[in-house]
Amino acid sequence: MTALLEVNGLSVEFDLKDGTVSRVINDLNFSLTAGQTLGIVGESGCGKSMTALAIMGLVPMPPGRVADGVIALAGEDLLGASESRRREVRGNDVSMIFQEPMTSLNPVYTIGDQIGETVRLHQGLSRRDARERAVDMLRAVSIPAPEKRVDEYPHQLSGGMRQRVMIAMALACQPQVLIADEPTTALDVTVQAQIFDLLKELQEQTSSAIILITHDMGAIAEMAQRVVVMYAGRKVEEALVDEMLTNPKHPYTRGLIACVPHLEAKPSEERKVLTEIPGVVPSVAELGRGGCPFAPRCAEAMDRCHDEMPPEIIAAHDHKVACWMHVMAP
Amino acid sequence: MLDACDGAVMTDTENLLEVRDLKVHFPLPKTNPFASAPKVHAVDGVSFDTKRGTTFGLVGESGSGKTTTALAIMRLAPITDGSIRLNGEEICLLAGEPLRQQRRHMQIIFQDPYSSLNPRLRAGEIVRAPLDQLDVGDEKIRDDRVAELFRLVGLRPEQQALFPHQFSGGQRQRVGIARALATQPDLIVCDEPVSALDVAIQAQILNLLRRLQEEFGLTYLFISHDLGVVQHMCDDIAVMYLGQVIEHADRLSLFGRPLHPYTNALLSAVPSADPALRDRADRIRVSGDPPSPIDLPPGCRFASRCPFAEDRCRAEEPRLRLIAEGHQVRCHLVTDDGSPPPHLAA
Repeated sequence: MTALLEVNGLSVEFDLKDGTVSRVINDLNFSLTAGQTLGIVGESGCGKSMTALAIMGLVPMPPGRVADGVIALAGEDLLGASESRRREVRGNDVSMIFQEPMTSLNPVYTIGDQIGETVRLHQGLSRRDARERAVDMLRAVSIPAPEKRVDEYPHQLSGGMRQRVMIAMALACQPQVLIADEPTTALDVTVQAQIFDLLKELQEQTSSAIILITHDMGAIAEMAQRVVVMYAGRKVEEALVDEMLTNPKHPYTRGLIACVPHLEAKPSEERKVLTEIPGVVPSVAELGRGGCPFAPRCAEAMDRCHDEMPPEIIAAHDHKVACWMHVMAP
Repeated sequence: MLDACDGAVMTDTENLLEVRDLKVHFPLPKTNPFASAPKVHAVDGVSFDTKRGTTFGLVGESGSGKTTTALAIMRLAPITDGSIRLNGEEICLLAGEPLRQQRRHMQIIFQDPYSSLNPRLRAGEIVRAPLDQLDVGDEKIRDDRVAELFRLVGLRPEQQALFPHQFSGGQRQRVGIARALATQPDLIVCDEPVSALDVAIQAQILNLLRRLQEEFGLTYLFISHDLGVVQHMCDDIAVMYLGQVIEHADRLSLFGRPLHPYTNALLSAVPSADPALRDRADRIRVSGDPPSPIDLPPGCRFASRCPFAEDRCRAEEPRLRLIAEGHQVRCHLVTDDGSPPPHLAA
């Protein structure tokens, strides 16, 4: 199948206060097809959300800019497109569910107005039709009594319902690509499960492609088919989900999987000490130094890792990794 | 002044903490002048014991009353009714100086290391504050103690001079842990200690908490919504729903053989990296939100979301029953010999 969204050689730069330039996204490649879900994982500060903003055309400029690369939606280059064309695409063909449902909704407009705004703008619906569409969308995301809820304000809804409203808003124009940036971090597990079920169901109906940004490997396993692991603005590993979980190659991916206490159906008496990834993610000012960015935190780092950036190699079928350990291996 | 706080009445029991029928109700403004004022039933009759040197877990969704329970035990929330005994001493009725002195035996680690440290104080001063407040030892002893605490939580001595914004999230939580350890408390409440931290940093803090517990025989009251973390950390667990404990068991029983439909729903909802767990056929889903804690339903509080609820569940409130050694459950459908509801077992 041909790719619906293609990201090729994407680099995003930010001007820092001291006059230097930092590459927060560095030569990022991935693609996804219709109906597929791609997971992007990594710690905060690894460039996951910035990737989403770059695709949406929402990188704050200045101080930021997309320095290099191609983002193509169904063959159309988005980075070269005019701002008016990008506005047509944004919220219509590509839309996004933001992380914080508490702060991403406007407190002074009813949720009906906010969902309706999208369709009025992109599809030229009248106020009355837009309201009807909003009610339909609220029903689609299983909010009880949608005819009543449509006239309510965000503060009258629970956290889970607000996130459903965000989803309804993102899906109102039936986008081809939906970016979900940590859509469930602020929510309880039971609500998270409902939101995931809802996303999967809506994806089946509309065959949109989903990019799920998260730090939870469990959520990735539940939702995605393919996963990209990012560290310090670079892709360090990419594979199908089951392959990634059973056969992680990069020490960072292994650390991410092992450092979390996973829920077991039959817990044992003995409890192991959790694997730690020492240190923290490099700050923007520290990016762009020579060598593998993960080397200072890596238990298996060799001399070469500190000096030279590892190239991306194919470690197994449909499994790419950027790590010197696997370059050396025969 | 009464010397109830002297520690003279300390009994040498196995249980450090005994909570009986704890209630925290928050009154709301009257809407009808002839009716009694409505109230939020935040905690509604919670009882449990915590053995010395173990970790007691409280889990549940937001609004289930787990944090309010912990704050009431810390005497930081108004207690409506009930009894809390720490070291055998009743602390519910303490006030003024005796209560202040009692605080050295109980400390808390907060969820958000960004807002729970005073930005204007240096890390050393933050950790030292409880020692100054409670007049522990002389100047020299306090200095030595702060230095020792920094070493224990894995910070360097020169970092005492830094301000909170100069630390990363994980390091800030270490400062918070050092502060909680300062007065050598018996009980430490950990209120979602890792949920604000990055995944890779969580493991560092959880390992540190386990190590400190082994070293000093600490007792933790551990609150988390992350069931993986609870399974890893806790020895005994109480599952809360709308202010009540609905299931209470040791770690192996609760996770190995959960009985209450709500506990099962919580466990089923956790996204799993393990394909065997993910594709289990018996995963149950709950829909909707919990009912309001102001107007409580007449029967079982979970009945409105329970997939197995019967007429009886909606009419009659179930009691917390002892089903097996150390395993209590509040559900009509669980049989006395400890079989889960029939639909769940199938």
